[in-house]
Amino acid sequence: MSSNEWPLWEVFIRSKQGLSHKHVGSLRAADAENAINNARDVYTRRSEGISIWVVESKLISASDPKEADSLFDPADTKIYRHPTFYEVPDGVLHM
Amino acid sequence: MNKQEAILEYTLRIADDSLLLGHRISEWCGHGPILEEDIALTNIALDLIGQATNFFDYAAKVQGEGKTCDDLAFLRLEREYKNVLLVEQKNGHFGDTIARQFFFDVFRKLFFESLSKSTDQDLAAIAEKSLKETRYHLKHSSEWIIRLGDGTQESHDKIQGSVDYLWKFTDELFFMDQVDELLIKENIAVDLTALKANWKSYISEIFQEATLNIPTNGWQQAGGRKGLHSEHMGYALAELQYMQRAYPNMQW
Repeated sequence: MSSNEWPLWEVFIRSKQGLSHKHVGSLRAADAENAINNARDVYTRRSEGISIWVVESKLISASDPKEADSLFDPADTKIYRHPTFYEVPDGVLHM
Repeated sequence: MNKQEAILEYTLRIADDSLLLGHRISEWCGHGPILEEDIALTNIALDLIGQATNFFDYAAKVQGEGKTCDDLAFLRLEREYKNVLLVEQKNGHFGDTIARQFFFDVFRKLFFESLSKSTDQDLAAIAEKSLKETRYHLKHSSEWIIRLGDGTQESHDKIQGSVDYLWKFTDELFFMDQVDELLIKENIAVDLTALKANWKSYISEIFQEATLNIPTNGWQQAGGRKGLHSEHMGYALAELQYMQRAYPNMQW
């Protein structure tokens, strides 16, 4: 990346009241305010959202894909962590 | 001049400002300095052309000759367009476009705020609808003025140059004649002299943050409201009107 480029920002949009912000993509902008404006123009043109978060991409710490085996595979064999052994009483809706 | 003629003329002035600036901004499509700004400018162009459509629809209704908004937008002669000279000026570089947009947006926000209280229900409703868009346009152009002015030495010098060049077209935003006088009496039109102090104080505030100077050159250019345009207008209209002139009544 050339030093003349603006920093990269990750954009999170909340689609409606009650839902959480979801990552929708990234863009370049000179600063946070500018990033929100750009996100408004790039990601909410078709009424996709009612709230925007932006965060500079460099501030996000990510897990290392090479460690995926040790981080995530062990959970595969721990079936007891899923609450599937309970009997759901009759009359309990929306489970 | 009767009331109907005055409302028609008044509405066309507003519509033509939106149309010409929308057309100018649309010329940036595919040429924006970065992808994000390209989309932002295209959105603004579409907002302005949408506003123009609403005002032209109303003008056609007031005119009562069975014309459509397309007839008014595309089939008039240059001298029949009543937009201010500011909006027909060429895009220049990005700073020129932003300075032109900023001067216009500050005016338009104040204007629509007042027009939304007009006793003419149609004008009030279109102004109310357009105001939300205009508030965003103003936020967009204000923040660019600050960033370019208070950015690098080069960006500062360029945007100050744009401001200095375009300043001579700003007085015309407040042009008023017998059309306005007649409609102000009926509480239809906005008294533009009342907006000027707020226009200038908002600009001073943003310029202060942007470390820019308001030009001291007092000479001002005008003519657009009377249909006397700058040389750029003919070229803009040639492009804008080409399709309707070449293929009359075409639709898509």
